[in-house]
Amino acid sequence: MEMVCIVCPNGCRLTVTGEGEDIAVSGNKCKRGEAFAVAELTAPMRSVTTSVRTTVAGYPVVSVKTDGEIPKGRIAELMALCRQITIDKPLAIGTKVAEDLFGTGVDLITTTDMEEANE
Amino acid sequence: MRYDTIVIGGGPAGLAAAIKASEGGASVLLIEREARLGGILKQCIHDGFGVVRFGEKLAGPEYAERFIRKLADTNVQVSLFSFVTRTERRADGYVITYVCREGVCSAECGSIVLATGCRERTRNGIYIHGDRCAGVYTAGAAQNLVNILGVMPGKRIVILGSGDIGLIMARRLTLEGAKVVGVYEAKPTPSGLTRNIHQCLHDFDIPLYLSRTVTKVYGHERLERVEISDVDERMRPIPGTEQYVDCDCLVLAVGLIPENELASDLGVPLDPRTKGAYVDQNCETRIDGIYACGNALHVNDLVDYVSESGETAGSHCAAGTRERELVSIETAGKLLYVVPQMLDVRSDVSGVVMYFRASEELTGQRLTVKAGNETVYSKVYGKLLPPEMERVVVDFGKAKDLSRITVTLEDK
Repeated sequence: MEMVCIVCPNGCRLTVTGEGEDIAVSGNKCKRGEAFAVAELTAPMRSVTTSVRTTVAGYPVVSVKTDGEIPKGRIAELMALCRQITIDKPLAIGTKVAEDLFGTGVDLITTTDMEEANE
Repeated sequence: MRYDTIVIGGGPAGLAAAIKASEGGASVLLIEREARLGGILKQCIHDGFGVVRFGEKLAGPEYAERFIRKLADTNVQVSLFSFVTRTERRADGYVITYVCREGVCSAECGSIVLATGCRERTRNGIYIHGDRCAGVYTAGAAQNLVNILGVMPGKRIVILGSGDIGLIMARRLTLEGAKVVGVYEAKPTPSGLTRNIHQCLHDFDIPLYLSRTVTKVYGHERLERVEISDVDERMRPIPGTEQYVDCDCLVLAVGLIPENELASDLGVPLDPRTKGAYVDQNCETRIDGIYACGNALHVNDLVDYVSESGETAGSHCAAGTRERELVSIETAGKLLYVVPQMLDVRSDVSGVVMYFRASEELTGQRLTVKAGNETVYSKVYGKLLPPEMERVVVDFGKAKDLSRITVTLEDK
C-alpha cells in the first residue's frame, strides 16, 4: 500500500508491502519513515496541539500540546478531556496541565507563557 | 526621545531585528500594536516551527517565546498597544508618530526596520459575489477567534484554499467540534504540504475538492449557503457547473500580501513580484536607513527564515549608515522572484543569503548566479514548486566583476 510519511515536511511517499513481522518499506529518505510506516499499520500515533479554557484576564484560552505522541484513536478522548480543564492562574510555558495521558507517559503542557493580566 | 533604531512590528521578524540591533550596540524602540509580542505566532498553536533553527518542532507561541525571553535580556524599549500613524523623513533621520496608551507620541531615530508582516487576501480580493452576511472570515481571523479568544466562528464550515493555513484550520475547527464540509481549491493540485493533506484532512475524513471555487454567498444576516463552481484551466468559473452547499461559515485561506502601507508612505520602492520592498543583501531598502524584513519583505514558508532576515536587518542597521553602491540583481528564466534584488558592493558580499521561488512546477533545473561573465554559484534542483521557497548562500567575495549580476533558472 501507499502512504505519506508525516514525520517531517519532506512528506516522503512510502510504499509498504508485506504484513506482520515482514513489513517492507520503500520510498523513505530516512529511517524514521520506516518506523512511521510500521506504526501507521499497527498503532498509529499523533501529537496533538489544542487549547484549554482559563479564567485568567486576557487569556480566554491557553494553547497546549501533548509533549509526545498519543494513539490516533484517542484524539477525540483527549479533546473531551481538554474541555474539562479550566486554568485559574497564570502558568509559565511548559507547565503540565494533565499527566500520563491514557497511560502513555505523555503529558499535556502549555505552549504559551501567561503573563500577569495585560489588558 | 531619540533612538538609533525603531523597529515596527513585534512578530518574529521584529523580535529578531530588535535583539540583533541591540546586541550590535544600538538603542532600540520596538513598536507593537497588540497587547503582547509574538505577532501571528501567538495564534499559530500547531507545531512544526523552528525545525531549521532549533532542530525541534515547536508550537508557534513556543517559538516566539524563545525570542521574547532573549529580548528581555537586552535594553530594547518595547511599546505595546502602539500603532504607527505617521512617518516623516528629516535631515538626520526619521520621526515616527504613534498612538499608544499615553496618547499620541513621537520618537526620532536614525534608522527604521519595517517588520509589519503581511495581510490576508479577503473576499473582495477574490471577487466572491452575493449577500453581505456575517460568517465569512479569513483563515487568520478564524484562527484568532478559536485559538486566542476561544470562540468558534461557525458550526458547519466551508474552507476555500488548500494552502497549509487552510488545511491546518480544517483540522483545528474539526477538533473543536465543527463540521468542516469540505476544503475547496481552485487550482488542479493542492497548495499545501502533502504531509498536511494527510494529517489534517485524511486523518479527519475531510474531503478536498480541486478545480472548484466559491463564486457566491447567500444569507440573510448570517451565511446560509455558498455557491461552488468548477473552474477551467485558467481558474475561471464555468457557467452551468454551480452546486450549492449549506454552511454557516466560510473560511478564506486564499493568500497573503506583504503589508507595506508605511513603506509606501516613506516612498520606499516596492517590487511588484514580491509586493515587498526592493532590498540589498543587508535588508536595506532603496532608501538609506530604512530596512525591511520578514513577511513584509516577501511571504515566507518558514518562520526560521523570517527570523533570519530580521537578524540581517537588525545587525546591519546597528552598524549605522554608510555609503552604498547598489547593483541590481537581474533575473532570467523561470524565476518568480529573487530576494535580495540588489547587492551593495561596498559592504560584505561574501555570504549573501538569497531566497527564490520558481515560477511554475519544474523538474531538472539549474540555478546559476553570475558576476559579469563569471559563474559564482550553481546548483541543480530535481524538483521545484512555487509554494516552496528555496534558499542559497552565494559568495561574491572573489568575483572580479560586480558591475552586472544575474540569477538564472533554466533546464539543466
